[in-house]
Amino acid sequence: MRWFLKFAGSTIGLKIVMAVSGLLLFGFVIGHMLGNLQVYLGAETLNAYGATLQGMGPLLWVVRLGLLAIVLAHIGSSVALVRLSHAARPQSYKKVQPRASTYASRTMRVSGPIVLAFIIFHILHLTQGAAHPELQHCVTGADGALQCFVHENVVSAFSLTGANVAYKAFSVVFYVVAMVLLGLHLGHGAYSMVRTLGLSNPRYDRIARALATAVTLVIVIGNCSIPIAVAVGLVRTAGGH
Amino acid sequence: MNLTLHVWRQNGPSDKGRFETYQANGISEHMSFLEMLDFVNEKLESEGKAPIVFEHDCREGICGSCGFMIDGKAHGGQHRTTVCQLHMRSFKDGDVLTLEPWRAAAFPVLRDLMVDRSAFDRIVQAGGYVSVRSGSPQDANAILVGKEEVDRAFDAAACIGCGACVASCPNASAMLFTGAKISHLGLLPQGQPERYRRVQAMTQTMDEAGFGYCSNHGECSAFCPKDISLDVIAMTNRDLMAAQVKGRSEG
Ligand code: FES
Repeated sequence: MRWFLKFAGSTIGLKIVMAVSGLLLFGFVIGHMLGNLQVYLGAETLNAYGATLQGMGPLLWVVRLGLLAIVLAHIGSSVALVRLSHAARPQSYKKVQPRASTYASRTMRVSGPIVLAFIIFHILHLTQGAAHPELQHCVTGADGALQCFVHENVVSAFSLTGANVAYKAFSVVFYVVAMVLLGLHLGHGAYSMVRTLGLSNPRYDRIARALATAVTLVIVIGNCSIPIAVAVGLVRTAGGH
Repeated sequence: MNLTLHVWRQNGPSDKGRFETYQANGISEHMSFLEMLDFVNEKLESEGKAPIVFEHDCREGICGSCGFMIDGKAHGGQHRTTVCQLHMRSFKDGDVLTLEPWRAAAFPVLRDLMVDRSAFDRIVQAGGYVSVRSGSPQDANAILVGKEEVDRAFDAAACIGCGACVASCPNASAMLFTGAKISHLGLLPQGQPERYRRVQAMTQTMDEAGFGYCSNHGECSAFCPKDISLDVIAMTNRDLMAAQVKGRSEG
């Protein structure tokens, strides 16, 4: 155990903690998006998917707590590393002209906290409901089957009709902005993770970078499409709205 | 040509330091950047002022002594060029240049543009060597080494330890330097017996010296006068992970 703590506390060890947790979160983001894209398959499919997840019972909490632990490892390692970085250059340059770094790589410390704020909002918005007054929670029907209203909730959260239009418009904008920042974060993160884990090979470096960008673009476009599709009326509930 | 220089002046490690402005007039385009500073210093001395201190030795781009930031770019930012090999023909009449020392907690400023890079020496002392038995020399070419490995090891061995990587890194990380030394020896058969002990000891010394971490920005490699590749960092990470399994008892 002692050797592990020593390793995990070194700068490279902390980077590896960050890379591995980042990789797991990257996988989660892809899975989450694929699940959500079922919104385009109609209310029945999406609601059934929601009921399946909710029906997992205690297992759902195992997954949630696991995700929380991964997020905490990711944040903890980044806080430790940023502090090291400040200590390593107490006096900054009067002038610097970066050449190889990218906008995404230089703004990781900004995009990260904003994405975190978004995740908290997102949970209060579409899971817990504190930020979404019209949210309908799952109910157990007369036949004992779990009935969920994911589709209705997504529509009432972003459709620019009815009450609270300004708040819903803000939600759409916040989701889109957060996804673009998530894209920047993942774009550099995926590339950096490959290098940190020593998986890079000079021969495939270009391909790795292109692949990281492509997957990131798919995530940004896929996720942004949902609130936008609802806002412009492409996705609506059967009953109207 | 005539230039305006904003130069960092600091009387010693404990002095706060400040920028001062000098005119460099009548500079020939054939001068190297350091010769230009020599010229400015002669004038300063003739006026009874203290010359600008900068480190230099070979002036051939091979010793790694020289180096400072010119307008926010390590060694002036010319590809594969140390500041001693940088010529004034790459500047224009009327240019205004800011000269700053490498800035890193692990590289304290000794005076003006000269920093103390002994942290690099400590990293090398921790494992940047190969232990051999003394005695009669082996036959040349007795140990066969693949061409690809030789090339990669040689590329890593080109590092002159100037510190431009640390200076350019937004985190003041020394991973490119340390990785170059680790890869240089780790790729060759002679370096194998100490490979995992080496990576542990050298990266630990690097951390203790107060360098930052690598976030793969790539600035180090972009400003390295010897074009050391970022791949040496990936190899270091890989070796350190392998060392947790293979070389733990040694560390
Ligand atoms: S003085 Fe030796 S490398 Fe510049």
